[in-house]
Amino acid sequence: MGCSKVRLTKRARLAMDLVAEILENGLQEQGKFKTITVEKHLELDYDLGSLLCVDNNELDSGLFNKNKDEYLRNLTRDNVQLLINQIWDLPTEKVDEVIVAKLPRPAYVLPRAKHVPKPKPLTKWQEYAKLKGIQKKKKSKLSWDEQLKKWIPLYGYKRAEALRNKEWLIEVPQNANPMEDQFAKRTDAKTERVAKNELQRLRNIAKTKNIKVPRMGVLNPDVSTAKDLQAAVTIAKSSTASIGKFQGSLPKEKEARGIATITPGASSRKRKAAPVSSEVEKAENLQAIDFVLNKKPKIDVERAVNKQINQQQLRKPEESMSSKPKAGGKGKKKGNSSSSSKKPKSGKGQRKGKNSGRKRR
Amino acid sequence: MKRLSEERTKILFEKLSKYIGANVKLLIERPDGLYCFREQKDRVYYMSEKIFKLASTLPPTQLVSAGTCFGKFTKTNKFRLHITALAYLAPYAQCKIWLKPSAEQQFLYGNHVAKSGLGRISENAEKYSGVLVYNMADLPLGFGVCARSMSECKLSDPLATICFHQADIGEYIRSEDDLL
Repeated sequence: MGCSKVRLTKRARLAMDLVAEILENGLQEQGKFKTITVEKHLELDYDLGSLLCVDNNELDSGLFNKNKDEYLRNLTRDNVQLLINQIWDLPTEKVDEVIVAKLPRPAYVLPRAKHVPKPKPLTKWQEYAKLKGIQKKKKSKLSWDEQLKKWIPLYGYKRAEALRNKEWLIEVPQNANPMEDQFAKRTDAKTERVAKNELQRLRNIAKTKNIKVPRMGVLNPDVSTAKDLQAAVTIAKSSTASIGKFQGSLPKEKEARGIATITPGASSRKRKAAPVSSEVEKAENLQAIDFVLNKKPKIDVERAVNKQINQQQLRKPEESMSSKPKAGGKGKKKGNSSSSSKKPKSGKGQRKGKNSGRKRR
Repeated sequence: MKRLSEERTKILFEKLSKYIGANVKLLIERPDGLYCFREQKDRVYYMSEKIFKLASTLPPTQLVSAGTCFGKFTKTNKFRLHITALAYLAPYAQCKIWLKPSAEQQFLYGNHVAKSGLGRISENAEKYSGVLVYNMADLPLGFGVCARSMSECKLSDPLATICFHQADIGEYIRSEDDLL
């Protein structure tokens, strides 16, 4: 028994030691870690969605002044501890052997880091469309083509090919020069449109950035040449109400070339048709006459109606002429009917009763 | 004296074809030689090649007139016929009206033609078509523009204007200075 008792006590002692050790460790640990319960005068405001808490308590100015860093670090730790405590209260989930807390939706509205972007300025067309109330129509990307029996994209891949297949033949319009290549004309027109659109795009950009783009003349004074300056002078001179008619000119001053399109009527240098032989001129004149005479006449409704009325009027008198004798015959048959408009004259009617004798009064 | 530009040539022929239709060709295609139109101070002159060659020897600032003045281009680039062109338009006229002797003088003073003064009218007269005006003795008096078509004329009242006045031979006296 004694033996076993000793044994027991040995065991007990071992266990005691272990407990003591653990307790000692615990005490040590307790000294190392601070408590999870934090006392606060005022409750903190939590926004767990954005992992935010706001401490509205007053700072302890005494401690703060003594050791600022230490005080702030402690305060932060306490507050973070409170936040963590709140998070532990949230419902949890197990995802891949890891415990995860489900955060509610954030309630606090964070201010923007950057300012709100301004709305894009409207392009010239958009402005116009807005003014006029023009709304963009949604076009479908594909449209059915009756001729090709195929769906044709509005733009992009296979569009050009489809058009090529569709319009392999162009009718030469009336008055057009038969030798002119209508396909080349069409492609020219297309490139022209594209270029125009590009120009308008650039102009819109310039407008939004508030850059002034001169139509012509001195574009950049640093790099402008004598030619540019001359053009600028010519344009400036012609920019009066009387198209520069009364503007004086310096001796030996020359007009700039190639700006006639934007300064119509300004140039004193009028284009003269080159002298040609009279035969050629006659041919040219005849061509011009043909052009004028071959012009497709517009359908003039009024004129057509007038013509119709005129024809009807011409027809009517003929009809009435042919029907007149008939009417006359009828009238004769009837004799002095009540419908005749003539007044009966005296002395022509037949008398009833006595024709002669003395008058009785 | 210079040639008319392509644009102005077309404007001129368009105007002339309003009065004489396809007969414009006959002004250019003449059996008696080459004829051409020339421009001087916005006025258009019609002349034979012979006269043109003589005229081209003179400096344009010194030259007042050569050949027959047909009319002038306005500042807005429209062509306006002058009475001087009458001699060339009259033989080819497509649409004509004839005036009663009583209305002749009124027209020659620059007034429009009223229905009461209308002697005859050609059948193809359309509204706003160019028309040559004659007296009953077939003497060309001037030209104008139909205010009503032939069929409308019949129904209109006697005071209604039938033809708007454009030019008349009275201008030779009335506006002697302006005519060239």
